[in-house]
Amino acid sequence: MPVYKAPLEEIRFILTEVIGARELAALPGYEDATPETVDTILDAAAQLCEEVLFPLNQSGDEEGCHFVDNKVRTPEGFVEAYHTFREGGWMGLSCDPAFGGQGLPLLLNCVIDELVCSANMSFGLYPGLTHGAYNAIAKHGSEALKQTYLPKLVAGTWTGTMCLTEAHCGTDLGLLRTKAEPQTDGSYALSGTKIFISAGEHDLSENIIHLVLARLPDAPSGIKGISLFVVPKFLPDTGVRNAVVCGGIEHKMGIKASATCTMNFDGATGWLVGKPHKGMSAMFTMMNEARLMVGLQGLGLAEVATQNAVAYARERLQMRALTGVKCPDKPADPLIVHPDIRRTLLTMKALVEGCRALALEVAKKLDIEAKHPDENTRAEAADFVALMIPVVKAFLTDTGFDVTNMAMQIYGGHGYIRDNGVEQYARDARITQIYEGTNGIQALDLVGRKMAEDYGRLLRRFFHPVAAFLEAEKENPALAEFLPLFISAFTKLQTASLTVAARGLANPDEAGAAATDYLRLFAFIAVGFMWLRMAKAAAEKLPCGGDRTGFYDAKLKTARFYFARLMPQVNALNLAILSGAKNIMDFPAEGF
Amino acid sequence: MKILVTVKRVIDYNVKIRLKADASGVETANVKMSMNPFDEIAVEEAVRLKEKGVARETLAVTFGPSQAQETLRTAMAMGIDRALYVPVDTETQSLGVAHALKKIIDREKPDLVIMGKQAIDNDSSQTGPILAAQLGWPQGTFASKLDIKDGKAYVTREIDGGLETLALTLPAVITTDLRLNTPRYASLPNIMKAKKKPIEVLTPDELGVDFTPTLQILKVAPPPPRKGGIKVPDVATLIDRLTNEAKIKLS
Ligand SMILES: Cc1cc2nc3c(=O)[nH]c(=O)nc-3n(C[C@H](O)[C@H](O)[C@H](O)COP(=O)(O)OP(=O)(O)OC[C@H]3O[C@@H](n4cnc5c(N)ncnc54)[C@H](O)[C@@H]3O)c2cc1C
Repeated sequence: MPVYKAPLEEIRFILTEVIGARELAALPGYEDATPETVDTILDAAAQLCEEVLFPLNQSGDEEGCHFVDNKVRTPEGFVEAYHTFREGGWMGLSCDPAFGGQGLPLLLNCVIDELVCSANMSFGLYPGLTHGAYNAIAKHGSEALKQTYLPKLVAGTWTGTMCLTEAHCGTDLGLLRTKAEPQTDGSYALSGTKIFISAGEHDLSENIIHLVLARLPDAPSGIKGISLFVVPKFLPDTGVRNAVVCGGIEHKMGIKASATCTMNFDGATGWLVGKPHKGMSAMFTMMNEARLMVGLQGLGLAEVATQNAVAYARERLQMRALTGVKCPDKPADPLIVHPDIRRTLLTMKALVEGCRALALEVAKKLDIEAKHPDENTRAEAADFVALMIPVVKAFLTDTGFDVTNMAMQIYGGHGYIRDNGVEQYARDARITQIYEGTNGIQALDLVGRKMAEDYGRLLRRFFHPVAAFLEAEKENPALAEFLPLFISAFTKLQTASLTVAARGLANPDEAGAAATDYLRLFAFIAVGFMWLRMAKAAAEKLPCGGDRTGFYDAKLKTARFYFARLMPQVNALNLAILSGAKNIMDFPAEGF
Repeated sequence: MKILVTVKRVIDYNVKIRLKADASGVETANVKMSMNPFDEIAVEEAVRLKEKGVARETLAVTFGPSQAQETLRTAMAMGIDRALYVPVDTETQSLGVAHALKKIIDREKPDLVIMGKQAIDNDSSQTGPILAAQLGWPQGTFASKLDIKDGKAYVTREIDGGLETLALTLPAVITTDLRLNTPRYASLPNIMKAKKKPIEVLTPDELGVDFTPTLQILKVAPPPPRKGGIKVPDVATLIDRLTNEAKIKLS
């Protein structure tokens, strides 16, 4: 049976000693987010995740969702768990107090999202999508829509969905066909079929609020002709059942307790959210948060898989250590004595901790973007977020799959069979690389949009603070062993950025061919920068005798591993990037 | 009816404790602390009685270092109305705490005191009984069920022979056992509200109570490690070793 303990010590270290989360309490509206309050909330959230959500993870996967008579029943225990979650007020953590939320920082919401996804990712999708629907209406809805929907979504008595995908269009939403006909009363009648809709139908809430992308009759073709609508399962005024019905649920590789639904809209009543034909730009304003959340799903799964792999490697006795017997009283030594096992565990640990630090840094900037009184500071934070979101989404979810896969390898054959629960993590992680914009699309977003914007303005929001840090710390003896490795990689990133930008201008295929490798290169440096900062924080604590549990020592050793063993991947990525598009595009489509 | 509950901040029950190198006690620095689990049950019971309309007001009291106030906040996050904190720097022992509680009870005049049957740090199980004796109130210890009817508290206790139910005339002291209830999860809105509620402070001087420990701890040592088991060839050897080595009388 797998185990899970919320990594609160890790999280507190990042919040208080690395990214300075206490600054948020100084922002208007966040006065309540003092370190003590955050601590209490984390304890309570951890308890909920460990005791309520985690025990349903494996059983939810085994049982899956049931589809009977156009209704979906979630696995045993999910309804009760959702009630506990909802009654605990967790849905409203970062929502507007005007609608019943607690108005706490998004950073805290992100921390808790990780815990929820470690404990039970399938479960996490239901509140996650509700949060998405809340954001859509809060940011773009009329006052009337807000008053009708937000209090219920914040309370979690109603849940939400995002209905974008259709059978013939996932990435290319410009192709979508769902229609919205204006009605005399100001509402719209929506017709069409959406597929793969998470939480489209289930038994957790009284009502389900669909946010639907569709075309108005006079819409221009393509991506510029898409509008956003809110379509409730039950009409709020009358309680009448709306003409939106679940046609079936998918049988899939993972997240089996999350219902992935086909939704048929047959003249369903809906209301416009935002302006006509501006549906895509509305989606864009919510995308940062949504993509960060998906990144955190990958991270959460990587964390729980790592915890279990470490426990297994300590317990499982197999073969003797190469350097001689370590446990003479036992028939064999535990796996953890073997260098290759330890290398794998350290890879997992270094990636998980580094990715978490990066995600939380980005989350903090989201809060600054939202709340800081100074316009320039807000704009800078917004640039940083925009730049980092594709990196976080793609790298954390790739890491999620890689690390869960490594955990299976540590378990050997016992990882491949269902009972031990590790293979579920890999299956659950796989979708995170695909939805909310595939990772390939994230890479295109980074090189095509983010890098190009205003001649690299966004890039400078990252490069300049890094350069300033390197200058400030160049004499820091604690970082002396890391800085040369980091600087060499950072220089490669800067050169590669210039090269890709220049070549991409001349030939867009060059940018496309470099994109995925470039995003990965970028990610290793972004995560490396967080490792530098973690190493600095740990080194400051070590000499004061404040390291009773060996926490800071472990941090420094993990940093060492990251720079020596993982960072060198930038060399290969850099060479691949610089090799250009020709070695790809010269190969003809018919040649495969 | 007014209910007073006591709560204590102890090392979290999930933590594997470590001893201090000088054998003077248990290491508490950098260790996760939380509310004594039996006190959580006391809090839950008080909150339920309030929700049922049996109690009008609930009050939680704690003694200890300043961080102990967090435990009071947890109690308020679970639904307790008011909190009272008595700062004590030394170790809190049953006798001093019972003395102080008596003073507080003389002032607050609760109809019912609900306490944990023991605190999981030193497992004394004494504070409730000492307090009841000092107050001259009836006591129902190790309660696994509690009913309040007609000015009486009906307390079901788990005893060796089964279940025993006592009828206590109020006011009374009750200590909780594990099966009394399952404490709720603190809700986020209540956590936030609890942060803003005031905590009343009463110093030992104001109470006129001396918390100086009356028991002196000589040494804290881990239990001796268990020796590995052995296999014996037959029953005769087993009996022989049980009588002669383990000195167990087999009649
Ligand atoms: C379990 C699950 C839950 C989902 N939940 C939701 C939901 O709640 N709401 C919703 O609307 N959708 C949801 N989806 C749909 C999901 O977002 C899409 O599957 C995803 O966007 C990809 O679209 P597609 O499947 O049509 O793939 P395609 O768009 O057909 O892409 C196929 C491949 O081609 C690549 N590709 C496409 N265009 C380019 C390009 N220009 N350059 C390079 N590569 C390219 C893609 O990266 C991908 O690898 C869900 C899907 C699943 C499986």
